[in-house]
Amino acid sequence: MPVILVTDVLVWLLAAAATGYAFYCRRHPHLAVPWARVFRSTAAMASVVVLGVYVALGLLDSLHFRPELEKKDGEQKAYSSEVLSVLDLALSHLRGRSEKTYSAPLATRSFAKEQIELPDGRQLRDFPRLRFGGAHLQDEGEWAGDVAKRMLTGIAVAAALLFLIFLVMKIIRKRRPEIPWSAAYAAIAVLALLAGPAAALSSGYHVLGTDKVGQDIFYLALKSVRTSLVIGTLTTLVLLPVGIALGIAAGYFKGWIDDVIQYLYTTLNSIPGVLLIAAAVLMMQVYIDLHPEMFQTAVQRADLRLLFLCIILGLTSWTGLARLLRGEALKLSQLEYIQAAHAFGVRDTRILARHILPNVSHIVIIAMVMDFSGLVLAEAVLSYVGVGVDPSTNSFGTMINAARMEMAREPVVWWALATAFTFMFALVLAANLFADAVRDGFDPRVRM
Amino acid sequence: MFAYIVRRILYAIPILVGVNLITFALFFIVNTPDDMARMQLGAKRVTPEAIEKWKAERGYDLPLVWNASAEGSAKATGTIFFQKSVRLFVFDFGFSEDKRDIAGEIRARMWPSLALALPVFLVGLAVCITFALLMAFFRASYLDFWGVVACVAMMSISTLFYIIGGQYLASKIWHLVPISGYAGGLDAVRFLILPVVIGVVGGIGASSRWYRTLFLEEMGKDYVRTARAKGLTEGVVLFRHVLKNAMIPILTGVVVVIPTLFLGSLLMESFFGIPGLGSYTIDAIQAQDFSVVRSMVFIGSVFYIVGLILTDISYTVVDPRIRLE
Repeated sequence: MPVILVTDVLVWLLAAAATGYAFYCRRHPHLAVPWARVFRSTAAMASVVVLGVYVALGLLDSLHFRPELEKKDGEQKAYSSEVLSVLDLALSHLRGRSEKTYSAPLATRSFAKEQIELPDGRQLRDFPRLRFGGAHLQDEGEWAGDVAKRMLTGIAVAAALLFLIFLVMKIIRKRRPEIPWSAAYAAIAVLALLAGPAAALSSGYHVLGTDKVGQDIFYLALKSVRTSLVIGTLTTLVLLPVGIALGIAAGYFKGWIDDVIQYLYTTLNSIPGVLLIAAAVLMMQVYIDLHPEMFQTAVQRADLRLLFLCIILGLTSWTGLARLLRGEALKLSQLEYIQAAHAFGVRDTRILARHILPNVSHIVIIAMVMDFSGLVLAEAVLSYVGVGVDPSTNSFGTMINAARMEMAREPVVWWALATAFTFMFALVLAANLFADAVRDGFDPRVRM
Repeated sequence: MFAYIVRRILYAIPILVGVNLITFALFFIVNTPDDMARMQLGAKRVTPEAIEKWKAERGYDLPLVWNASAEGSAKATGTIFFQKSVRLFVFDFGFSEDKRDIAGEIRARMWPSLALALPVFLVGLAVCITFALLMAFFRASYLDFWGVVACVAMMSISTLFYIIGGQYLASKIWHLVPISGYAGGLDAVRFLILPVVIGVVGGIGASSRWYRTLFLEEMGKDYVRTARAKGLTEGVVLFRHVLKNAMIPILTGVVVVIPTLFLGSLLMESFFGIPGLGSYTIDAIQAQDFSVVRSMVFIGSVFYIVGLILTDISYTVVDPRIRLE
């Protein structure tokens, strides 16, 4: 039974809108030229590949359903109360196999000592074998050989795949020689050489270890991608209409409208961002806690909280964009062609839509891609403060928050933190590089 | 200029009123005091009497904005809006939900916050400007290229990573400084040095790159070419001319921050156990202590407005062409 979450709908709408925008750009040279400039940058091509992988993970994770329970004779169809996504299906071998508690990456034994009962009835305090990690090994001495064999298999498969892509690439390269395909290929190669062994190993081991309750860290990290993407994109979706409308209106109409809008954003700006977000989130939390009847499943509640977080982040951060757009609209409204439009008696709404809006669109696009990485980083911080996503939602913030206390342990449980930070770093770095390329492509002079 | 400053201060009043209305709406209208009482007392199975008692103890039993049952001026003053929100204007913060004097807490916690934030700010500014000047001096060389790459990479790392990684390396592996805690007087240095270093390192990426752009932009201008043409060395051009002129955009971003230094860095303080305003706020958020959060929102916005006025004044200091009227 499919479950439709609000953020799922929005994510897919956004993906559809992005596709539509891409087609629109192809047919309009004034948009196609700057985008072509963006894709001529090597850094942008490499980061597009990385971002593409993240987006694919996020989209797969945005198709939710409730699995059908096994039917007994004569009974009606029943559905599990657990909400899964398509990504869960693909990773079902990771999701289902949880251990008791922490275990190191690729370990065969648990991280904590436990009482084990030997076959002859004696008790022994030792690190127990894991239920799934390396369970196929008869003798733990085979471990090194088995890991090496799996890694080589993974690399071999990845290499074969890369060779195929190389052949395809050769054909594309001839058609579009100006785009730095080699950068994209290098990024693909790195990703494939990491993903190949990881996939091969994950069938028998916990590649990146397990967390406190024994969940596979690799699985958690892949599931966290969606939350980051949702926060990074849906927030801008909230922010854009408010920022654009108010910014342009202030710059174009001037007078009291300008005064009111300026007053509004100075007021909002003067409240420290974290505090405003915290206050709003706290209020939302109280509301959600006191109205449990509104939500059918825990996932839906967590999802609504995620959506609210995006809305709150959006409503508190439109001021920067509005200020930029106000300045630009102020400048544009003095130009001759706008004056001419006025003289011809063109209505204000039409001038705004036909003349002002298209001429500030580059600022909007740049602001959108620039904001993304900051929002992804902010999510982790907010989750630490306790005003982020629902604790049951997988996100890099909740992963870090759960793992940070374990740094005091001896020996250190480092894998959960390392994984969360690495995944987040790759995403944010790719987003930053892409944003730089977009800024250079659209307007080398706009500085944010 | 005096008239200008007075006008700016008067202009701040409507903004503070706005801030106050926003916080009032957030804290009392979206969720009524009843909701809050239920949250604090545990959402399930609370008797109405317990809620009433909780509200009465904290002065939340008054009407929101208009007290019709009261006499005379008490119609307006005997309300939650007046008691809790309007009083903030005279910095009367009242008591936290656990009945501690908020103003006293703020006075005591201000200094540790400042002891952390001021060095981070000053050292960070010096380091970032130096680094940016270096990149601008060796522009279009390998040093510049890799400098920018390093900046972008450092920007992409989460602050949490710097904090957790720094604590782990310096305190746990190398045993240089205590992991967290605070002491008064000179002893504080031991506790502050690691957070300061982390704060500076965490800020390098974004700021240096931003300053570098400013410097490079300034370098493309005519007066720089003239200075070079009359035979000044590159160093003199950079320090005497470019740095001075780039100060205006740098100041825009920097002076605003100074007053907010009192608020401290939320994350840093709570990770390092420094008893400043930042950790106070985080604790209040986690304990859902709304009176404290409300007071901090108000103080934060007062400081921000002071920062804006300071920025304007600082312009006249670095650029004599600017006159405030």
